[in-house]
Amino acid sequence: MDSRAARAASAAPPSAVPATQPTAALPAGGGGALSRDQLLEIYYYLRLTRTLEERLVALYRQSKVIGGLFRSLGQEGESVARAYALERGRHKDVLSPLIRNLGSLLVMGAQPAEILRQYMAKAESPTRGRELNVHFNDLEKGYLGQISHLGDMIPVMAGIALTFKLRGEPRVGLVYIGDGGTSTGTFHEGLNFAAVQRLPLVVIGEYNHWAYSTPPEKQFAVKDLADKAKGYGIPAVTVDGNDVFAVYEATRFAVERARRGKGVHFIEVKTYRRKGHAEHDDQHYVPKSELERWASENDPVDRYVQRLLGADMVAEADLKDIDDRVRVEVDQATDACVDEPLPAPETALPGVYADPPAADKLWFRSV
Amino acid sequence: MAEVTFLEALRQGLWEEMERDERVFILGEDVGLYGGAFKVTDGFAKRFGESRVIDTPISEAAIVGAAAGAAHMGMRPVAEMQFIDFISCAYDMLTNYVATARYRAGLATPMVVRGPCGGYVRGGPFHSQNPEAAFLHTPGLKIVYPATARDAKGLIKASIRDQDPVLYLEHKWLYRRIKEQLPEGEEVLTPIGEARLAREGKDLSIITYGATVWKALEAAERLEKEDNVSVEVLDLRTLLPMDDAAIIRTVKKTNKVLIVHEDTRTGGIAGEIAARINEQAFEWLDGPIMRVTAHDVPLPYAPTLEDFVLPQTDDIVKAARWLAAY
Repeated sequence: MDSRAARAASAAPPSAVPATQPTAALPAGGGGALSRDQLLEIYYYLRLTRTLEERLVALYRQSKVIGGLFRSLGQEGESVARAYALERGRHKDVLSPLIRNLGSLLVMGAQPAEILRQYMAKAESPTRGRELNVHFNDLEKGYLGQISHLGDMIPVMAGIALTFKLRGEPRVGLVYIGDGGTSTGTFHEGLNFAAVQRLPLVVIGEYNHWAYSTPPEKQFAVKDLADKAKGYGIPAVTVDGNDVFAVYEATRFAVERARRGKGVHFIEVKTYRRKGHAEHDDQHYVPKSELERWASENDPVDRYVQRLLGADMVAEADLKDIDDRVRVEVDQATDACVDEPLPAPETALPGVYADPPAADKLWFRSV
Repeated sequence: MAEVTFLEALRQGLWEEMERDERVFILGEDVGLYGGAFKVTDGFAKRFGESRVIDTPISEAAIVGAAAGAAHMGMRPVAEMQFIDFISCAYDMLTNYVATARYRAGLATPMVVRGPCGGYVRGGPFHSQNPEAAFLHTPGLKIVYPATARDAKGLIKASIRDQDPVLYLEHKWLYRRIKEQLPEGEEVLTPIGEARLAREGKDLSIITYGATVWKALEAAERLEKEDNVSVEVLDLRTLLPMDDAAIIRTVKKTNKVLIVHEDTRTGGIAGEIAARINEQAFEWLDGPIMRVTAHDVPLPYAPTLEDFVLPQTDDIVKAARWLAAY
């Protein structure tokens, strides 16, 4: 049996994804449980994430997206639920998302038009055409964009959490690393630094089974990412990443623990990347049956909807209203920016330093 | 006035900024109660507390990365590399994350990375490096490299107050060898980006920085006495951004240029300086732009080997003599 066939045969059916932390029961409405409005708001962000990405696919096919397009299909649940567990607003908690955490960004207050402008490299994009996709930030709203060097955001977010600690502010940092990213040195250095300093930092390990085309067994020899964190003296749990409630509960627990000064917490979420690394990648290295199984049996949005409807917390009409609202919002955001210009060439120069201003145009541009 | 060493001047600068601004804090290996490998932060933890003088794990990438995160949040971190040789372990963090932050994301990252550099001290390949050329190629960073006690103090203070990340290189051969009278109770600040004329002359210019400023000055004395050649010495002090105006001024004055640095030759900063002179003052040259640098080898340990590899005063005298006669 070749390794791919072995992998397909042994790929756990979605229902067997280990959840060492018990899945939260549907909140009954008391204590810290989610209200009906909150449950619907979470649904709104799930739907917004998926619909916005579908819109980006359309724009990509029209060559309006300039660079690559990175989907989070199948990971929207964990992205949304985690950010939702933070205290959000001006000068509250700070989160640093990765490429497949569009849902987190939206929950933290990034606007759909900002995402669209970033992908289309518009002059009016948050980075004025300098950076790609979700690589942008608004520290007042509480998100810090990643750079492409995986692992680097762990030490940087440790520094943000260190500032919270030094100032005695009851704020928490939350940072993501993918299964592949846990192989980098900065991941380990940052994790150890944060653990030693007992920083208010929650680290999320996203086990989505694929680092570009590389499967976990070629990436590390441990079974769970949580094992890596435990080596640094950090409490770590593994949860079902496609169960919105489980992710929300685990994150909330870790965040509040960090806020009380108990130090770093690591949450591993087991999920699945259902699209290629980026839109150009046809995923020929993935067994088709595996993809189909995750799509049909373990879609985070479907599972969330079933839970809500099954518990009679919401009616189908409520969800339909949100679907309609999201469609209108994404249409409006697209209309607002799709025809905007790219940045003027000369705007490439300023802003390397606060002072002095950037160098003049090079001499050969004016002879 | 009080006579202070280069190291004491640096220490005073750090201390004064810690006193002046509570956002300033230090992080690095053994910087706390031990006071740093060279005792630059001796007594700091006692005065300012261990939360402002933080002992870290041996993790240069984490030190620089955490400094960046804190800087984004309005702090003013000063990260110490125990020896600047180890900054290569944080190269990614400094060049990819820190230096690009303002441009790509509008993020202010006011922070200083400082540490002892340089040879002539029998430190071997990994405790003697001069890494400036590796970082000169990094838009978004500033690089300062003081040669005098006054500038050691003035530049650390200016670096801490700067809005952008600064790499501050301190030559360990100068730490206790250089002494200078510094005013007490008066603020010493050296503007970043301005070179210093270390010696006036009319026949030939030596452009240099760091420890070789002192070797160039020694050479200039000898050339004056032995050859009646008048040598001007320009101490760059800041390598990025480079003070083009001061470089061009001295070229136009003496029309002959010798560039001296302790770093290796190929891809060293001398090449960049030569290119700028070529572009901006070609017609003013009465001879080739020449370089005195280390040989292109990792720095060896044995005194006989190290002395052979690094540029010495004799080398500068010989090169300047040759160029003066050109």
